[in-house]
Parts: sequence; C-alpha cells; structure tokens
Amino acid sequence: MDWTLVRDLVTWALLLSGSFFFVVGAVGMVRMPDLFTRMHAASVTETLGVGLLLAGMMLEAGIGQITAKLFILGALFFFASPVSTHALAQAALHMSVKPKLAKDLAARDAAAGE
Amino acid sequence: MRHISLIFVLGLFWLLLSGFFTTFLLSLGVLTVVVAVLATHRMAAIDQEGHPVQLALRAVTFLPWLIWEIVKSAWSVSKIILDPKLPISPTMTTVTAGQKTVVGVNVYGNSITLTPGTVTVGVQGKKLAIHALTQDGAADLEAGAMDARVTRFEGGAA
Amino acid sequence: MTDPMFLVPIFAILIAMFLAVTRALAGPTVFDRVLAANSIGTSAIMFLAVLGFLTGRPEWLDIGITYGLLNVIGTFAVLKFFRHGSLAESGADAAQEEDA
Repeated sequence: MDWTLVRDLVTWALLLSGSFFFVVGAVGMVRMPDLFTRMHAASVTETLGVGLLLAGMMLEAGIGQITAKLFILGALFFFASPVSTHALAQAALHMSVKPKLAKDLAARDAAAGE
Repeated sequence: MRHISLIFVLGLFWLLLSGFFTTFLLSLGVLTVVVAVLATHRMAAIDQEGHPVQLALRAVTFLPWLIWEIVKSAWSVSKIILDPKLPISPTMTTVTAGQKTVVGVNVYGNSITLTPGTVTVGVQGKKLAIHALTQDGAADLEAGAMDARVTRFEGGAA
Repeated sequence: MTDPMFLVPIFAILIAMFLAVTRALAGPTVFDRVLAANSIGTSAIMFLAVLGFLTGRPEWLDIGITYGLLNVIGTFAVLKFFRHGSLAESGADAAQEEDA
C-alpha cells in the first residue's frame, strides 16, 4: 500500500467537504428569513466547515507543532463559538428582536400565495 | 491539586505555541505561567467551575459523541439550506436541564448551541430557552437524549 | 510547497466571505450585521491558516489564533455596546437601571 497516496486522498476529501460546508453555511446565512435561523446556518460553518478544514490541514502537516497549533485553533472555535452565538441570541432577544416562528412563516406564505 | 494541573496545562500551552527551548524563552514562559496562575488564584477562579479538570477523563468518551451529534445535525441543516423550498419551521421551546452542577448546565447549554439547528437563547436557573430551526429538532431535544448524556458526563461531581 | 490542493478551500472561503459581506450590507437589524461580522472573522481566520499552508509558511497560524481571540472579544464588545450603550458599565448595574 502506498500510504502517501491514501493520506493525500483523505486530505483531499476532508478539504473538499470542509469547503463545501463552509460555503453551505454562508449560503444559508443569505437565504434564511430572520436572525435566529441565520444563526443556525452560521453554526454549520463554525462547526463542520472549520472542523473538516482543520482536520485536513492537520493530516497534511503530520504530527508536530503545526498540528498542535491547528488543534488549539480548533479548541478555540469549539469553546468560543457557542458562547458568542448565545450572547448574540440573548442580546437580540433582550433588544426585543422577535424570532419568526413557524406559524408566522406559514401566514406570510399564505399572504404571498394570494 | 487544581493549581498543579493548571500550571501543567499553561506550561504545555506555552511550549506548543513557542516551540523554542532556549533558556531565555523558557524562563519567560515560567514567569508568564506563574503570573497567570497567581492572577487566577487571586480571582478565586481555580475551582471546579473555572478549571473543571474533574471532567477530563469522562470527556474522552463524551467529546466524540458530541462531535458525532454535531456532524449529524450539521448535515441535516445543510440539506435544509440547499433545499429550494427551504423547509424550516422555527420553534421556541423550553427544556429543563437535569444536571446538578452549574458546570453541567453550562455544558448542556453550550452543547445545544454547538449543535447546528438548535440555539440556547436564554437561561433561567435550570430552564433553558431554545430556538430550534425545525419542529423535529425541538422534539428531539425535548425527548432528552442529550440531557441524559450530559448528565452522565457530569457524573458524580458534587 | 505550493500545493494546488489548498486552492479549493481558499476559493470556498472567499465565496463564504463575500456572501457574509452581502448579509452584512443587507442587515436588516444590527444583530444580523454582528453575526455577519463574526462570520467574516471566522472566514478570515481560516483564510490565514490555509494561506499559511499554500505559501508554505504555517507561522501564520499564530496570527490566526490571535485573530480568533480578538474576534470573540470584539463580538462581545459590540454586543455589550449596543445593549448597554457603553462599554464601561457592568451587566449588574445595567439590570438595576432597567428595573428602576
């Protein structure tokens, strides 16, 4: 078995899928109808997009200081992103930004249909 | 005990970021670690909340489980985003955290936020207000599988 | 070590950054813009990390880590400013003022 080839293929797969989820999260942030649903889209980018890209880079770098730094960066995202998302959601609710719920969206769709 | 583990973690962090092993830089690192530990000690932040090292062993099994949950829900949110009809049904709900300690509730709330599709928008004691992207996501959370898993992760830490 | 494999993430990140900028311009509330700014920050960090690999100089990761910390602190600062109207007030003081 040629392990370099296997490693390259896995790295490619990780980087491609990471890029895919990165863009999907950003697309969701543009498509979603209100702030709270946009947050869900942004968290796709911040968890799976970032995680897969970092994993791909770790595999490419091999064991060493670079992998350790990538790991620290990943841990930073892992612990900080939920906290800032929660702070954002709480601040928005506090400033009385009301989330659009399912029934509001249904009403809007019905109005658009008429 | 927590002081020693904090010194160890901070020292490791310095070494990983620096990567140089000259006497001057190592002594700077020791100085930084000592100052950081003294400042944290003065803030009385080295306790089971500020430096929850008691969870380290159980985290070995909890983190892979959490990451797998994140992957699953990120995939379902991605499918929703790419669906031309955008089949969302945003829901607000309240769940009660079954954990005993503040750290446990904190871990539960952050796990909910970290999983795409659900966000903790407010905390009142042990009542967590949740905004979910779909009604299914809210129902899954109300079923309480994640709550039970986090309670197990928290363990007997009093 | 100009590896073409890192070009794909670079372009993906640039597209994501562009979409986040459109969201920041569209708004409509200030919190949408904060969310977009946070997202642009995330993209910038990953851009730095990937660019380090692309140019064979992974030292840029350090800048990425610093930027990550700044991103979090910046988000909190902006949120606190819009919630309390100042950065100096503690959360407890503001809550008392609202009660009064």
